[in-house]
Amino acid sequence: MIQTDILIIGAGPTGLFAVFEAGLLQLKCHIIDALPQPGGQLAELYPKKPIFDIPGYPSVLAGDLVTNLMEQIKQFQPGFTLGETAETIEKLEDGTFIVTTNEGTKHQAKAIAIAGGLGTFEPRKPILKDIEFYEKEDRGVDYFVKDPEKYRGKNIVIAGGGDSALDWSIFLSNVANSVTLVHRRNEFRGALDSVEKVQELKNAGKIKLVTPAEVVGFNGSERITAVDIEVNGARMKVECDYFIPLFGLTPKLGPIANWGLEIEKNAIKVNNALDYQTNIDGIYAIGDVNIYPGKLKLILCGFHEATLMCQSVYNRINPGKRYVLKYTTVSGVDGFDGTRKEAEKAVVKSID
Amino acid sequence: MSLDVKIFITDRNGVKHEVLAPTDMNMNIMELIRSYELAEEGTVGVCGGMAMCASCQCYILNDVISLDRNPDEEAMLWEAYHVKDNSRLGCQIPITEDLEGLEIEIAPEQ
Repeated sequence: MIQTDILIIGAGPTGLFAVFEAGLLQLKCHIIDALPQPGGQLAELYPKKPIFDIPGYPSVLAGDLVTNLMEQIKQFQPGFTLGETAETIEKLEDGTFIVTTNEGTKHQAKAIAIAGGLGTFEPRKPILKDIEFYEKEDRGVDYFVKDPEKYRGKNIVIAGGGDSALDWSIFLSNVANSVTLVHRRNEFRGALDSVEKVQELKNAGKIKLVTPAEVVGFNGSERITAVDIEVNGARMKVECDYFIPLFGLTPKLGPIANWGLEIEKNAIKVNNALDYQTNIDGIYAIGDVNIYPGKLKLILCGFHEATLMCQSVYNRINPGKRYVLKYTTVSGVDGFDGTRKEAEKAVVKSID
Repeated sequence: MSLDVKIFITDRNGVKHEVLAPTDMNMNIMELIRSYELAEEGTVGVCGGMAMCASCQCYILNDVISLDRNPDEEAMLWEAYHVKDNSRLGCQIPITEDLEGLEIEIAPEQ
């Protein structure tokens, strides 16, 4: 079982920055996120787009902000459970919590900080007969590429017209036996270099492109053996081992909605007069996932909420223990990894 | 001081609303829907207005504005559900004085 002081649910900017503020108070953090990489929306939806309202940054790319936050928190050695969704929570007699993910990973923590943003990103699924059957137990429909090795030597059909469809087609063309990319139209929307690369691989015969077309059905009694594709009203059958529809992700509050928290407008109600605690003692909600009068869903507000949450958790874990806020410029930053960052000392020296 | 325009919005329950929209606040139709809370928060404007989710899809009911979509919008609507010929993304329609009298219906949730 993973043990920590604060279990943060959501590896977006708010969750990541909470690690820093917790570290200043000697509190250890572990983060769970449903996506395979940290950064939340910033990494998944718009890594190459600029943000203009982060104080001190006239402009910063979303992906760069995530990289910077990861660098800023690394000396506090946060743990990560990525690619898993926090599913159930249990409060023990001693006031600690046990959170279990959909894959059965257990985490024990003294406080919970839900920094879930818009919620868990779930794949948008095509509406196809029998898809629920084939998406189970490795029967051939996958919505994420978690382990590319799984596709080595296999025949793959990918559907979609955005960056992830393009990028995975490119990547898997070197791994799989064959890659067929199906898209409803001839134009693709993605980074220019990805589109050009797919064009190149198509010309080289390494990716088969079928457009404008749509996967309309499955073949195979126990698992997929082929998909039916409709091209300009005509049908064709393409043999394959895996069908990977990549139609983007849509956020859902997910299992957290069943934790007994007060929910309003798809967000978690918190006490904003004090510490962003929810109706359950010891569970906090920070960033875009919470709601209170006057709430603004801004990254900079999430940073503030994370900071106040950490102070409250400190008092909760160390009742009565004295502490005053310190400035990093004055006291430096002592990492759990033994590193120390500090301001250079001024010199006292006469000038002749 | 710029004028407000009057816009008619039918919500997802079929209720028609008449709302006033400011033309000087750099707002779009998705934001207008959110500001009047005409759809449940979290079900419209999910991506924040980057034409990346289609949660603000609307049907344009009269000819006050063109049905021409910009390339991002077109690409997103190709992948969305419940799309009709008169579908547009609310986040890609800036509120200007030309929108006076526009009638739209919010498309079902994605």
